[in-house]
Amino acid sequence: MTDTLLNIRGLKLEGRSDETWNPIINGVDLTLARGEVLGLIGESGAGKSTLGLAAMGFTRDGVRISNGSVEFDGIDLLTASAAVKRGLLGKRIAYVAQSAAASFNPAHRLIDQHVEGPVQHGVMARADSELDGMELYEKLRLPDPESIGFRYPHQVSGGQLQRAMTAMAMACRPDLIIFDEPTTALDVTTQIEVLASIRDIVEQFNTAAIYITHDLAVVAQMADRIKVLLKGDEVETADTRTMLSAPTQEYTKSLWAVRSFERPLKAPVVASAVPVVSVANVDAAYGKAKVLHDVSFDMHEGRTVAVVGESGSGKSTTARCITGLLPPTAGTISFGGEAMPADYRKRSKDQLRQVQMIYQMADTALNPRMSIGEIIARPVQFYLGLTGKEKRARVDALLDQIEMEPSEYYNRLPSELSGGQKQRIGIARALAAEPKFIICDEVTSALDQLVAEGILRLLAKLQDRLGLTYMFITHDLATVRAIADEVVVMKDGRVVEAGPKAEMFKPPHHPYTDLLLSSVPEMDPDWLTNLLQERGVDNIGDAAADKM
Amino acid sequence: MALGLLTLLIVSIVIFVAVNLLPGDFAELILGQGATPEAVAKIREDLGLDQSLVSRYFGWLGGMLTGDLGSSFAQLNFQTNLGGAGGVTVAEQIAPRFANTMFLATVTAIIAVPIAVTLGILAALYRNTVFDRAANILTLSSISSPEFFMAYVLILFLAVLNPILPSLSNIYEGMAFSDRLEKTLLPALTLTLVVTAHMMRMTRAAIINLLASPYIEMARLKGMSPLRVIVKHALPNALAPIINVIALNLAYLITGVVVVEVVFVYPGIGQLFVDSVKIRDIPVVQACCLIFAAAYILLNLTADILSILSNPRLRHPK
Repeated sequence: MTDTLLNIRGLKLEGRSDETWNPIINGVDLTLARGEVLGLIGESGAGKSTLGLAAMGFTRDGVRISNGSVEFDGIDLLTASAAVKRGLLGKRIAYVAQSAAASFNPAHRLIDQHVEGPVQHGVMARADSELDGMELYEKLRLPDPESIGFRYPHQVSGGQLQRAMTAMAMACRPDLIIFDEPTTALDVTTQIEVLASIRDIVEQFNTAAIYITHDLAVVAQMADRIKVLLKGDEVETADTRTMLSAPTQEYTKSLWAVRSFERPLKAPVVASAVPVVSVANVDAAYGKAKVLHDVSFDMHEGRTVAVVGESGSGKSTTARCITGLLPPTAGTISFGGEAMPADYRKRSKDQLRQVQMIYQMADTALNPRMSIGEIIARPVQFYLGLTGKEKRARVDALLDQIEMEPSEYYNRLPSELSGGQKQRIGIARALAAEPKFIICDEVTSALDQLVAEGILRLLAKLQDRLGLTYMFITHDLATVRAIADEVVVMKDGRVVEAGPKAEMFKPPHHPYTDLLLSSVPEMDPDWLTNLLQERGVDNIGDAAADKM
Repeated sequence: MALGLLTLLIVSIVIFVAVNLLPGDFAELILGQGATPEAVAKIREDLGLDQSLVSRYFGWLGGMLTGDLGSSFAQLNFQTNLGGAGGVTVAEQIAPRFANTMFLATVTAIIAVPIAVTLGILAALYRNTVFDRAANILTLSSISSPEFFMAYVLILFLAVLNPILPSLSNIYEGMAFSDRLEKTLLPALTLTLVVTAHMMRMTRAAIINLLASPYIEMARLKGMSPLRVIVKHALPNALAPIINVIALNLAYLITGVVVVEVVFVYPGIGQLFVDSVKIRDIPVVQACCLIFAAAYILLNLTADILSILSNPRLRHPK
């Protein structure tokens, strides 16, 4: 086995919490041949990133390797001295992080960070490395490859930064690159561009890679082989096509099945019905920058309206206008046919009660110092005026509704709950006001697929039971398919297309909707290749979006 | 800038009112117990002390704006009693003292700032090691001891037991620079001990605060050495808080060094200030206060500007 590059045997990792060491990875084996791309998938907390870093002989603070071996090209990374490891890192093993925006040093220009590796490792002189960097930028299809390196990270977009980071990883022509969720933070149209660039360059230099992600469709495009992790254990490993067509383990099958949730279609809205919330000709601006242009759409009782678009398209700003946090500069928001004051401070308590929100990051939306009971009781008391036993009974009923045992969770703190449970508390808090209308702002995007599906099912059940109207902000079209009745597509602060879901997923589309739909990765390993051929190299992702 | 000037104006009012609230005035103090009311009234009239507070304030403010700091009460009387002409203006009296204080502050800053920042960097690099703890304990104990105590300890070791440096810092005009520097070293060292801890701890904290950032992890994963990670990747992003603490400490060096000046008999502005308060020489006291306030405001303003310059987001907008 002379072509084995990385050989991990029986690797065990532990993480410290509350003064005790708990297992994160329980004895995983991994081999990687030169030039091979291995996909590593699993939910958050499965230990993917920890394993990825351990493959570089690196552990974060509060994590330790308790057993096993990591051998890179015959060098044992766990026993090697710090100096030997430093000689390998960046030079022969490189890393591409999830958030390029956070992983580039804000104080230095891109090219300075790019040449740091080659110069410090003595691979290339600075001038040569700069030229090489520009070539790499060009290969990764970055705009203005000659000059983009001389910008600071904040002057470059997220998708471009991610490619610049891939270029930086390539700077010393390493044998192995660890990609840690490199496209998770990107919009679908940008993601395609980055995926295509990464795949090309890895192929071109015959670099081996470990590609970590929770997105099955993405890994299907990138990897030769897939390894599935669950809570620190390997579930199964197989080559990509076998894994997709014939997974052997129950867990893998359940991952594959997640995307099957879809609600039945509802009868079309009666034309004469008064919408619960109506957004009419709304313009909005942050300071002088105008961000919404003439946005209009209606939301009817018992319906879910999905508002889709990329980051910066004005989805969340529209939500802020409806809640009154950002008074529109023109247009009206009406509730049940009556116009509401634009500023939330001028709205009556009852008007405020009717519009509630569930947030993307349940972590930051719940006060960490308050118990679950207090969090839910607060709106119960504020809006409904209940106190004492009545209040407690109402909170218990709400916890029942979100399928959490009141006696068990009432006194817990948010930090003691999982991500999905926290999001359920967010739902209960919104329900506590007994609203008619709830804005769900990317409520599932921070969750794993299985957990997210649970949340979507719960929301659907609550809607059926309570007749709620949802405005569902998302950039994930799979979620739209699962839960929406109507869809509003936004781009650059304008509504591009709106209508019932059935129509939206049927051609003909507005070209932008078409681009969005076709950019969602599918579970077919040939999807990316086919799509690129269809669109032509110069017309993918970003570039295509810009032309509209 | 406008804010700085406004602050200075408000400070000038506060100074003026506060100084005039001091019990007793120059006339009473200079004439002593047996003063006749007529004599006190005469001196007050001469000095303009009989006018209302408001008119005196505007007179003083007007003088300040035109660069006239007024005349020192004490010197004025001396001179006229001895038959001399005019008297000594506040500006003449303060100028050499202020220059001395600036000299001491500069010497101290040149010693203390590099030491503090270097120690801070090293403490961050070797955090939680013996070196880190030792540096912390040493600087903390030096900041916790009274200044005069540190001063006498230094005198004991560097002037008495090992006579390397002079214990008296009686510098005067026309002294050679090297002599001046030699005489200033001991008070400067004392002040270094006082201000280093604060700056060092802030440098260490600001750097350690950043070590959990993804870009620091990235630098480590690029195989960069620990020292390079800290100096090249963490320090540039930690400059803003460090600059602010340095500015505060430099301001302290100008305004808060009375005790050290007294111990070493250093003819700085602090001593002049205390002496003037004792005899209610109000023009001098007010001018000193205003200089102190201006020093604080100016240094903080400089720190704000440098902080902005250290932020690439503000230096290179999109």
